[in-house]
Amino acid sequence: MTTRGEIFARIRAGIGRDDALDDEKARELIDRLESPKRNLVPARSDLDRTRLVDLFVSMAEEAAATVQRVSHAGAIPRAVVSYLARHNLPMRVTMAPDSSLDRIPWKLEPMLALRQGKADPADEVSLTAAFAGIAESGTLMVISGAHHPSTLNLLPDSHMVVLHENQIVGAYEDGWDLLRRAQGDGEKRLPRTVLFVTGPSRSADIEQTIQMGAHGPRRLHILLVADYVGQGRQAS
Amino acid sequence: MADEKPNVALFATCLVDLFRPTVGFAAARLLEDAGCEVSVPHVQTCCGQPAYNNGDRKDTRRIAAKVIKAFAGYDYVVAPSGSCAAMIRRHYPELFKDDPKRAEAAQDLADRTYELVSFITDVRGRRAVVARHDGSCTYHDSCSGLRELGVREQPRTLLRSVFGLDLHELPDSDVCCGFGGTFCVKYPEISNRMVEEKVKNVQETGAEMLLAGDLGCLMNIWGKLRRDGVDIQVRHVAEVLAGMLDRPPIGEIKPKRDVPSWPPASASVQD
Amino acid sequence: MQSTARRFKQNAHEAMADAPLQKALGNIKHGFIQKRRKAAARLPEFEALRDQAREIKNHTLAHLDFYLERFEQKVVDNGGTVHWCRTAEDARRAILSVCRLVGAKTVTKGKTMIGEEIGINDFLAEHGITPVETDLGEYIIQLRNETPSHIIAPAIHVNKEQVAEAFRKEHTHLEPGRLLDDPPQLLAEARQEMRDKFLAADVGITGANFLIAETGSSVIVTNEGNGDLTQTLPRVHIVLASLEKVVPTLEDASTILRVLARSATGQEFSVYTTFSTGARRADDLDGPEQYHVVLLDNGRSDMIGTEFQEMLRCIRCGACLNHCPVYGAVGGHAYGWVYSGPMGAVLTPSLIGIGEAGHLPNASSFCGRCEEVCPMRIPLPKMMRHWREREFERQIRPTVARTGLRLWAFMVRRPWLYRRLTGFAVHMLASWAHGGARLQRLPMAKGWTAYREFPVPEGSTFVDQWRAHQRQILEEELA
Ligand code: SF4
Repeated sequence: MTTRGEIFARIRAGIGRDDALDDEKARELIDRLESPKRNLVPARSDLDRTRLVDLFVSMAEEAAATVQRVSHAGAIPRAVVSYLARHNLPMRVTMAPDSSLDRIPWKLEPMLALRQGKADPADEVSLTAAFAGIAESGTLMVISGAHHPSTLNLLPDSHMVVLHENQIVGAYEDGWDLLRRAQGDGEKRLPRTVLFVTGPSRSADIEQTIQMGAHGPRRLHILLVADYVGQGRQAS
Repeated sequence: MADEKPNVALFATCLVDLFRPTVGFAAARLLEDAGCEVSVPHVQTCCGQPAYNNGDRKDTRRIAAKVIKAFAGYDYVVAPSGSCAAMIRRHYPELFKDDPKRAEAAQDLADRTYELVSFITDVRGRRAVVARHDGSCTYHDSCSGLRELGVREQPRTLLRSVFGLDLHELPDSDVCCGFGGTFCVKYPEISNRMVEEKVKNVQETGAEMLLAGDLGCLMNIWGKLRRDGVDIQVRHVAEVLAGMLDRPPIGEIKPKRDVPSWPPASASVQD
Repeated sequence: MQSTARRFKQNAHEAMADAPLQKALGNIKHGFIQKRRKAAARLPEFEALRDQAREIKNHTLAHLDFYLERFEQKVVDNGGTVHWCRTAEDARRAILSVCRLVGAKTVTKGKTMIGEEIGINDFLAEHGITPVETDLGEYIIQLRNETPSHIIAPAIHVNKEQVAEAFRKEHTHLEPGRLLDDPPQLLAEARQEMRDKFLAADVGITGANFLIAETGSSVIVTNEGNGDLTQTLPRVHIVLASLEKVVPTLEDASTILRVLARSATGQEFSVYTTFSTGARRADDLDGPEQYHVVLLDNGRSDMIGTEFQEMLRCIRCGACLNHCPVYGAVGGHAYGWVYSGPMGAVLTPSLIGIGEAGHLPNASSFCGRCEEVCPMRIPLPKMMRHWREREFERQIRPTVARTGLRLWAFMVRRPWLYRRLTGFAVHMLASWAHGGARLQRLPMAKGWTAYREFPVPEGSTFVDQWRAHQRQILEEELA
């Protein structure tokens, strides 16, 4: 018997069933997988839009992210530059090759040097889009892909993320629904990574004292844009 | 059971029976004050926890069968111990789950069995006792009563009704004192570390007296306090609630009876 | 990993004399415990979520074969490979062969308890491959040549001076006179050192908090981001997971994640929760070229259908360790193997045998605090008791203890005998005390009197006194 076969035989012996499931039961379980149902979703994020956005902001800040609210995409370049200046960072940013970021009028800040691509170990600041914001815990839902190299979330010391207010949903389950919808019927696979980011990297491994910036970014800055553009903005 | 005066069997528990009959009398008084007719079946011994917790399931079942028989026919069975009451309430039915007839009898006993203080409040509906104690106390939550039976607010409610009593909350009152039945002699060094912590917390409250609802924990904490030379009195909560403070606290009674002087060389004495 | 579980008592003795360890353990109370309490109190649905989390895992375990098959199918559909491993040796071999295939020289590792379980680091090193731990705590203990003492805080027993010492010894290319007094300096140095290693590694090994049958994804949860770098930068990502990690859907994982972080660190959500599905896609700019799942049994399939099956619900949150007064007294190393605290006391005997790990399920006062906080509602004390029952049945316990227990049980079942013997015991204790109220030494109870006074019974037994009392009342009534 193969190792695999042996493991299955043992599992089935433990369960008290000789063989694979009968068709009816299997059908039921396949349904459970193919049309996933939600379990209990906390009521915390069951809010109107304004309060949902407020919840996202307060939870993200609680997790030590910083949030800057801007009225429209045109205000982003200014906000980026002033953030970099405030933290004494170079005016050099590695940006995700995401079309939604391309449309931002970067020319307004000629001092800002933008490079598009995956992260280089020497990069200090990255700028990416997010797929969604999850209000219940102030979490960014970020997916990898041609438009979003995952190293940008991890290598630079400062990570800036553009999120639009209407990308904010209540619960993780809302995020999954959004992703399934965005993928449509074509792509059945999830993106290589779906990353939920809640605040900047930290470690409490030295004397149980929390310190920021363990391996990932020391700073997570969210640029929250109030204007309306359709949901699921991060290219997927 | 609908009659005015329920017939309550007092299950003193082996530790109270052997070491501290005062608790048995206090429990009986509390039950009588709460309108119960109290009996003490002579055939009672121990609930079987030492065997159960040491893996001897067969003997535990035999002991449980005896206990079930001993307490048949009473409206309620009440023990001044969360751990013994929980043994009967939570674990007896499980012991016989492969034997429907006995399981039924076990469940029947389980349904009638209560820890003393919660019986007074939850079943007898008493929110206060008539007792007085001019002094400060702190209360340790014994693990089984707290976690298996949900005894937490009940003793505090009744203690607050004791005239003159000043109740200080014990830091980490829900953390085990290290008694754990045979645990304290199987792993004495670890048990000691746990009771050290407990004693530290007890002292921190500044209370003059420590109370709890289980004699095992009380003997353990008392033993450590005395070994460390700390002069905090230790009593079962029932003694205070029943107003039986005329008797000396735990470990302060010198047996009255004359005893033959047969000192084994290893035993030493202290007052 | 070599077990020292048989030496539990000795280990515990040494641990209780270890001052830095004791100080670190003391911090748990105000760290993990308080934070968990606050986080749980803040979410009204917390208890209901625990119920659902338990049901999800129960459902999965009842159909584990089905869900594992589906998971495998999805991994393969996504272009990955599943390696089925019965034993630790199988898993070590599987990992080695993947490493050899790509000619790996260094391997970075995210935190994986399964890696500890199969002793992968030593094995790789023996075969000329350098393993590098990337979780800061794991890195520290790797430098100190130790094993984790806590499942989510592996270096909880180490203080900052000891970290500095380990860094000075290891990072010899750095200025010897540099300052390493503060945690931030230590962290900065570790981060810098680690960067090069991340970039140089050929293979990244991570554990998995969940495997998703719906999508064939593996999920890791970290606060540092090391797991993500580990799986993103090298050419090959190996997920090392035991087979009970599978759950049906993304929704199911989301539900359990809600109780995981809160129970572990009291966070609302961990910083990085990553669902990884296969290798890099055609147009991806980064990510590994290969995705392997090494799926380990190592005794788990034998737990299914037994009284220990519920242990397979464990999500390794560490709450039971944090709340255990025995763990709090002795720390993790005393348990002598990979897993410690209440979850270790149940799991370790399943994995390395009750003969070896017999102390672990016995060293518990059954206070029940672990079960009270376990997000998966695992009845840990009950299962420890089951181990004691197996021990008793197989007569592993010392004969003296067994005989004593049986004699006592014999007496307890015979009330007349019991009354006589307890009466006698009262008498004896009083006699030993010479009329005093307490004993400082008692030959049969050395474990007690080594640390505590022993109270002398008040007088005759309660039942006897009550009988006398009733008789007196009766006589008074008659008179
Ligand atoms: S047994 Fe429960 S509390 Fe302990 S680590 Fe596992 S899930 Fe967490």
